[in-house]
Amino acid sequence: MTEKTIQEINSKIRDGSVCVVTADRMSEIVEEIGPEDAVKEVDVVTTGTFGAMCSSGVWMNFGHSDPPIKMQKVWLNDVEAYTGVAAVDAFIGATQISETEGMKYGGAHVIEDLVRGKIINLRSTSHGTDCYPKRSINTEITIDDLNQATMLNPRNAYQKYNVATNSSDKTIYTYMGTLLPRKGNATYSGAGDLSPLSNDPTYETIGMGTRIFLCGTQGHIIGEGTQHAPGANFGTIMVRGDLKDMSPEFLRAAILYRYGITLYVGIGIPIPILNEKLALSTAIKDSDISTSVLDYSIPRRSRPTIKTVTYADLKSGLIEIDGKEVKTSPISSYHVAKKIADTLKRWIEKGEFMLNLPAERLPPDTQVKPLRQTRELPLVKDVMLTNVTTIEQGSEVEEAAKRIIKGEFTHLPVVSKDDKLVGIVTAWDISKAVASKDKTLDEIMTKKVVTSDIDEPVEISAAKVEKHNISALPVIDKERKVVGILTSDDITKLVAKRRVK
Amino acid sequence: MKLLLRFLPEMIKSPLISEIILETGAKLNINKANVAPSGGEIVIDIPPDKVEDVIRAFKVRDVKVIVLEHPVIRDDERCVNCGACISICPVDVFEFGEDWSVDSNVDKCVRCGACVYGCPLCALSLGEEDV
Repeated sequence: MTEKTIQEINSKIRDGSVCVVTADRMSEIVEEIGPEDAVKEVDVVTTGTFGAMCSSGVWMNFGHSDPPIKMQKVWLNDVEAYTGVAAVDAFIGATQISETEGMKYGGAHVIEDLVRGKIINLRSTSHGTDCYPKRSINTEITIDDLNQATMLNPRNAYQKYNVATNSSDKTIYTYMGTLLPRKGNATYSGAGDLSPLSNDPTYETIGMGTRIFLCGTQGHIIGEGTQHAPGANFGTIMVRGDLKDMSPEFLRAAILYRYGITLYVGIGIPIPILNEKLALSTAIKDSDISTSVLDYSIPRRSRPTIKTVTYADLKSGLIEIDGKEVKTSPISSYHVAKKIADTLKRWIEKGEFMLNLPAERLPPDTQVKPLRQTRELPLVKDVMLTNVTTIEQGSEVEEAAKRIIKGEFTHLPVVSKDDKLVGIVTAWDISKAVASKDKTLDEIMTKKVVTSDIDEPVEISAAKVEKHNISALPVIDKERKVVGILTSDDITKLVAKRRVK
Repeated sequence: MKLLLRFLPEMIKSPLISEIILETGAKLNINKANVAPSGGEIVIDIPPDKVEDVIRAFKVRDVKVIVLEHPVIRDDERCVNCGACISICPVDVFEFGEDWSVDSNVDKCVRCGACVYGCPLCALSLGEEDV
């Protein structure tokens, strides 16, 4: 079995004889000459990814003013940064939203503007101390004025990611972009065959201390990222780099409409081809990487998987869901990912980038736990009224009026002969019908009924009530049979009770 | 060629488009129409040989005519070629080119504006040029 060391590869980098290929080419090479010869021929495989990575930000040290201030609140261009550390250190997070411009400008924009050398307004307040007497400051700075501007991203470069679609009948706006109604499109993220962690999925060569390409300069992996879940092939990394050397070509502020601000981060990891196992793992193709299509219209932690697809399916531009062709869009850029892999390849070939082995490997077995929720989460079934009066489709308006008066409620679900929900009428609808005469029940009822189900958290139902400006939700089972009704009064009472507690 | 027509609320009641079709004999294709209390906005597609006649006919009737040579404009500096616009566009203006850069076929654009909000990099805008 052919094996190589990092030292051998680095000496080839120094004498200019190193052979570097980008990860998208490796599958052909291994197919053509086999893994054993591939280890002899290829020294390094470069990877790349460029996409929205919300868990990103920058640690800054501003230097001391005169008189000095212990910054307790700090804003950069009206975007708040975290200062719960020493006097003039602060962390600006990518997704923090501007206090004056809202979702048009945020932490990611501050970071991009710093990289572009733009002037940034720095504002800070303090309670004042004997050693730091100044209570406020307002000044203009650029990146050159900062002592340190260190990018430190807690979670980047997901090994792969879920595909998002939307089965509801309304457009939804998510961190996976705009999702059109009735599964009108599907969005995905990740570079597939170029994805850094997918090319070394057991992290043989990737870990703490690994030198990487980060936003146009050399940075390092400092450990596993938050939510690192290697068992499910959802590995992540935590990275660090000097913002002062970064390039806006590989770092961009972005706005996910009606969701929020994020930062597009460019990362490339070089994989040294030390043995056949690595030759084979870097030969991964888009068709080898499968992922799940999830329904993002379900507002729960566990969203149902609609189907499993590969990155080859996604990159074809169309996937089939329920017999229908659905257009796909990436929200990460393969074009820039390839540019990153090419740039890293060039750096290594020119002897500007040396490889190293990690001080510690990424953990191979951590799992992601859900949040422990210690306060009760009431469900619709705990709050709803169960003895619901309904009315059959085709009945007289007068009959509906009688039932409403008898039951002393304001909402009457309309059901079909086989007891399925087909509409709803309110006392108000009936008054209107009476005023305009000769209208039938079918004409006055609302046919598009907003509903709830028994296992839905009341919080979600309350949001529906608010969003649609209604005052009751029929609760239905899987067959659309009415099993209860939830009114805004019930929700108000529940909230009041919890406040008292 | 595509034209954007803006007209005042009092014009909404008259069968403007029909009159102009009859007058010019041009086969107009309505891409988009919006009528609001403040007035209306229509995007039409006209055959190249009838452009001058149609523009004149609308102008005589005090309709503001805007030629949409670039119905949707891309800021190439801002665009990172991610392709988020591809699946949002209802008329397939955008597609991936050879090296995974995004090509746009703006002739198809009906100015619905979906891509303007759908672009995470804010690289797209609807263009307007007066005649």
